[in-house]
Amino acid sequence: MSTAARTNASATTRVLGRVRQAGPALVFGILFLALWESAVRGFDLKPYFLAAPSKIFEQFVKNASRIWQASMVSGGNALIGLLIGTVLGVAMSFVLNRYKFLGELITPLAIALNAIPIFVLVAVLNNMYSITSEIPRRVMVTLVVYFIVLVNVAKGLTQVRSTHVELMKSYAASDFAILRKVRVPNAVPFLFTALKIAAPASVITAFVSEYFGGLQNGLGSRITSNIANAKNAAAWAYVLGACLLGLAFYIASIILEGVTRRGEAK
Amino acid sequence: MSALEVVGASKIFNQGTTKQVDALIDVSLTVQPGEFVSLIGPSGCGKSTLLRLIANLLEPTSGSVSVNQKTAAQARLDQDYGMAFQQAGLFDWRTVSKNIELPLELKGWEKSKRETRAKEMLELVKLPEFADLYPWQLSGGMQQRIAIARALASHPPLLLMDEPFGALDEMTREYMQGELLRICGETSTTVVFVTHSIPEAVYLSNRVVVMSPRPGRITKVIEVGLGATRNEDTRAADGFFKGITSVREALRGTHAEHAAANAVRGVEDR
Repeated sequence: MSTAARTNASATTRVLGRVRQAGPALVFGILFLALWESAVRGFDLKPYFLAAPSKIFEQFVKNASRIWQASMVSGGNALIGLLIGTVLGVAMSFVLNRYKFLGELITPLAIALNAIPIFVLVAVLNNMYSITSEIPRRVMVTLVVYFIVLVNVAKGLTQVRSTHVELMKSYAASDFAILRKVRVPNAVPFLFTALKIAAPASVITAFVSEYFGGLQNGLGSRITSNIANAKNAAAWAYVLGACLLGLAFYIASIILEGVTRRGEAK
Repeated sequence: MSALEVVGASKIFNQGTTKQVDALIDVSLTVQPGEFVSLIGPSGCGKSTLLRLIANLLEPTSGSVSVNQKTAAQARLDQDYGMAFQQAGLFDWRTVSKNIELPLELKGWEKSKRETRAKEMLELVKLPEFADLYPWQLSGGMQQRIAIARALASHPPLLLMDEPFGALDEMTREYMQGELLRICGETSTTVVFVTHSIPEAVYLSNRVVVMSPRPGRITKVIEVGLGATRNEDTRAADGFFKGITSVREALRGTHAEHAAANAVRGVEDR
């Protein structure tokens, strides 16, 4: 049977399907922008109240290089926190899987922490470190990512099918063999689920952390300073930059998942 | 020389607590090499527990189990048996071929030897062209055949099966029964087979072990005189119906004893 030909054909239909899926959302987005624009013009809304999309776009183009620089700062903080948080989260989930009593202690706490906006802790961190440092923001992103990754990967390591475990025991497999051949592969999709949540969360945390003071070089601090200077459209341009940055992180996590998964599907 | 010997085995869960369950009481069973033995009985009669005692996935509370003249624990370490469950239990992240190789990997076989054996096993279950596909690309019946190939990959003398065809449709199920007999005949494997289905037990087995619940025990062992070769004609033979009738009567007996209101609960009449 020609599996390759079938894969190609299905790839084409998949692309067409995506376009058909994205179509309505795209039309809605354009309509929404048009409505926004005409509302600002029609009701003659003052720029300090609500900026028109055309003005925002104008500011976005004008400030492109500055937005890019600020994105690099916030994005860099997010990326560093994301990497460290993921590594620590994965490592800790293995420890919790090995020592069940620790898991029983820490897992409920981690789940609870995931449900509250812990990035407000950045104010405390700012106080602990100097406010002229990127460290509090990076530590904050690391913490947020750490708990998301920990909870999900720990779940992936424990929630294995009982048939699989019985089967491995019938082969007299060691705990380590069960970990390597059953638990770890089972946890991989859970890691990617975690990354899909953690990637946008890391960006949000990185620039919301900037609202709490500290260095004035990232997207978040640019937004507050522009608003403080009544440059509403410019502030919106930085918001747009923040949206694009978050989107870039999310798309990267999806691509990463696609590359790693290849053969499998669920 | 017996392939399997269970002597006076009992299994009591949560002993001494209010949640105590007498899953098996004083069960003895001897299976000869090459024999096909089915365990049948209503839910809770301990047939799966008995299978897990044989597999050494559970320890008996009292009594002894020996497989292939060894203790059950030693037999498990030596991979003297293969096991198949109701769910095929294939690993989604491994190809069909890699799934079959798993028990050999754990035994420390080298790669080329494993691949050759996986190929042989795929020939045996008549799915050679599916080696590089993933389990989710196969039908339920095919997945179960791969699970059987995996269970037999290291050529164990004994195959333990826990309702392996329970989730399959009737047509596939009958086909799989024929295939199982052929495969076990070709490899001269001894089989202990847990099932809910009376015709399935009769069609497959040399002996059908009828069990009853609360406490789980063996009530009757029925010899099925259908001879060595069984095919589609067997399903219309007198001996087949006679076997079904005697198993059904034995099961009814266990019910009369326990006066279970919702009679044949858990036992299918197909």
